[in-house]
Amino acid sequence: MSEPGDVLLTMTGIVKTFPGVRALDGVDLEVRAGEVHCLLGQNGAGKSTLIKVLAGAHQPDGGEITWLGQPATLGSPVAALRIGIATMYQELDLVEGLSVAENIFLGHEPSAFGFTRRGHMRAEARKLMRRLGHPEIPPGREVGVLSAAGQQLVSMARALAHDARLIIMDEPTAALAADEVDNLFRVVADLTAEGVAVVYISHRLEEIRRIGHRVTVLKDGRTVASNLDAATTPTSELVNLMSGRMVETVFPTREESADRGTEVLRVEGLTRASEFADVSFTVNAGEIVGIAGLVGAGRSEVLETVFGARKADSGTVTVNGKRLRPGSVTAAVQAGIGLAPEERKSQALLLDQSVASNVILASLPEYARIGFTDRGRALRDSRSTLERLDLRPADPRREVRTLSGGNQQKAVVARWLVRECKVLLLDEPTRGVDVGARAELYRLIHELAAAGVAVLLVSSEVPEVLGLSDRVLVMREGRLLAEAPASELTEAAVLDMVMEGSEVMA
Amino acid sequence: MSDVGEKSTVEKVDPPDNAGGPLAGQEPVTTGPTSGARTPSGLRLDIRLTILIGVLIALCVVGYVSQPETFLSESNISTMLRLAAAIGVVSVGMTFVIISGGIDLSVGSMVALASVWMTTLATQSYGPFVMVVCALAVGVGAGLINGLLIAYGRLVPFIATLAMYASARGLAERLSGRSTQVVTQQGYLDFFRGDFLGIPVLIWMLALVFAVGWVLLNRTTFGRRTFAVGGNAEAARLAGINVKRHTAMVYAIAGLCCGIAALMVVARTTSGASTNGMFYELDAIAAVVIGGTLLSGGRGTLIGTLIGVLIFTVVNSIFTQNNLETDIQNIAKGVIIVVAVLLQYGTTRTRKT
Repeated sequence: MSEPGDVLLTMTGIVKTFPGVRALDGVDLEVRAGEVHCLLGQNGAGKSTLIKVLAGAHQPDGGEITWLGQPATLGSPVAALRIGIATMYQELDLVEGLSVAENIFLGHEPSAFGFTRRGHMRAEARKLMRRLGHPEIPPGREVGVLSAAGQQLVSMARALAHDARLIIMDEPTAALAADEVDNLFRVVADLTAEGVAVVYISHRLEEIRRIGHRVTVLKDGRTVASNLDAATTPTSELVNLMSGRMVETVFPTREESADRGTEVLRVEGLTRASEFADVSFTVNAGEIVGIAGLVGAGRSEVLETVFGARKADSGTVTVNGKRLRPGSVTAAVQAGIGLAPEERKSQALLLDQSVASNVILASLPEYARIGFTDRGRALRDSRSTLERLDLRPADPRREVRTLSGGNQQKAVVARWLVRECKVLLLDEPTRGVDVGARAELYRLIHELAAAGVAVLLVSSEVPEVLGLSDRVLVMREGRLLAEAPASELTEAAVLDMVMEGSEVMA
Repeated sequence: MSDVGEKSTVEKVDPPDNAGGPLAGQEPVTTGPTSGARTPSGLRLDIRLTILIGVLIALCVVGYVSQPETFLSESNISTMLRLAAAIGVVSVGMTFVIISGGIDLSVGSMVALASVWMTTLATQSYGPFVMVVCALAVGVGAGLINGLLIAYGRLVPFIATLAMYASARGLAERLSGRSTQVVTQQGYLDFFRGDFLGIPVLIWMLALVFAVGWVLLNRTTFGRRTFAVGGNAEAARLAGINVKRHTAMVYAIAGLCCGIAALMVVARTTSGASTNGMFYELDAIAAVVIGGTLLSGGRGTLIGTLIGVLIFTVVNSIFTQNNLETDIQNIAKGVIIVVAVLLQYGTTRTRKT
């Protein structure tokens, strides 16, 4: 075992590109034995990609990795585990139908002649659960019946079972209650005392202050600061390092809309257990309201609840003075709400069908003549809408699959335009859209607002929310924290609010 | 049974123990943020299994009431089990396939092909031993082709095995010229139609295949990994399991079971024919699903499958004993499938609340 303080892992100039995106563009990271090394960065800064490179799930396109001073390649998840890097993913990678012990030892089960040594395995699992402070979780219990916290512990026990010397924890406290967090931190402290290194990712600055030793900050796929002291570096400095992202696109200047002022959408006290609580806001005709917040803050859930795709536990959604039946997409659509969801391909589009079919999907009854679709009119209307949105090629017969991300997004927006929708909900409208097409989408969103549509948008990119919106709502952990005109907010101020434990409170 | 302690005597296990994927914990499970779950104390009864056994017993009672003298006689029980043997063995393989997240539509055709291939004049001329080896090899080979197409050729299991469903039976027809090939090797018939310790060899084989299958599924690394592959293939991959090779092997096991079933069918009918194993895929899938195995994979039990097979066997016997029409029999089977699955669905739904 290496002594605490020895350099365990170094990454230099790591580059990873995906089609159209440079996710990592020169990341440097140095982790020492026995330390808790925190990774900070906004959504999209490259933390997840970096983790996957470390876990062997992604192969970097450039850069060097050394492990204990030797050059290393992490060619597969198994290779990473073998040299001693274990990963606790944020989305739990457990098999629900198997027992606690079987999950812990999945892939490296103790066995003799192909038979699992169940007694041995359970005893080891029991030891690990005891070490994690949870001897009451029986090793034979099926993982599917455990709570989220229980499953988190199993995931952690699995990392320990590999005798890992470096454990990557991706937001391990996201699913935990306060006392569970204390317990986790105790375990982390024990581990580091034994010389195990932890790469810790969290949006909660207070946690980083409590258990972190050093901090590396990522921005736009690059390391912008490394080896900061976790306890003493001022919050303002950390936030400043994370913000000021290069804004690749110029946001168009806002034209005043014709009939700004009439309230179209009113949301009051909207609540869904364990997702968000008591969310209230309004959106006027011709206004663009943006919701800022971290992934998991409940933004998409609010949008989907307004749309009726999720049923609110309490609270109301009112469109033009008319209350909507909760949990009914039909009611929302009839009232004039349209949603362009986050997962365009799986939630919105019929990829193998024509643009026209996709555009009229929400308006099929209007295009029906004695039960048959009026294809001629559908094509004509689609074409005129495509031209209005400048969707290229403006061929309504083309398969949606063949369009670029930006044009696919336009096809989704077109679907609601042919219905003449009054409220447009946009969830991460520029995700997977390349830089050039973004500017067009921004212009389009402004045009829609100028035409009197009330726009409510969610984006993980703070500059986008600030640049596009008239008014900004800030959400954190399911609560609406602040509301202010976009012109009065700065990126640093918003980031400060969405990060847990920062000093400035709204 | 989830708490076995650290003694070395843990190999002693009650049947419902871990065989019972979805059946864990009808005791209230604390899902609060403070802990995972409490250790249950005392005997854990398995609701699903209890329901299934209840249905089986109820059907036996119906059979007994309708034919008090004959239904539970030794000879009728023996007949029922011998008829259940082939479909039971096929269902064992099907259970593995479905737990791994797949489906095999070709089992009936593979039984037909193996039964024909082992009874051609050429094969029979080498004697009983070669006939047995031939049937098993044909089964494993056909199953392996399924598995390779699915794992490495990335065909959807439904499509790959649908192709095998058509072509294996076609090949069987081709080999046999659509004629029934009578077994002339008396040694073969003497052995497989005989008794051992007063119990027919076919029933021994059924029991043996179930026992081996149970051990393989519940006590070996291979078996437990089958659950992982079906329950969360990505997790299995990240844990270092070779998911493709595993998938291919699971289909080879299903093929092997079809080869064994072919031995049984040939022994029972004293011939091999391309019409053997008709609708076995449907009966096997029905038995597996009734037994509580999830069609989406990741959960299932062989005990449930065995009871599913027995339920159908008893239903068949009730109808034949009472000289009832097969059309009503088929309707009854359909109703049983729906009722059994709905009953279990009810228990799982209440489980998580």
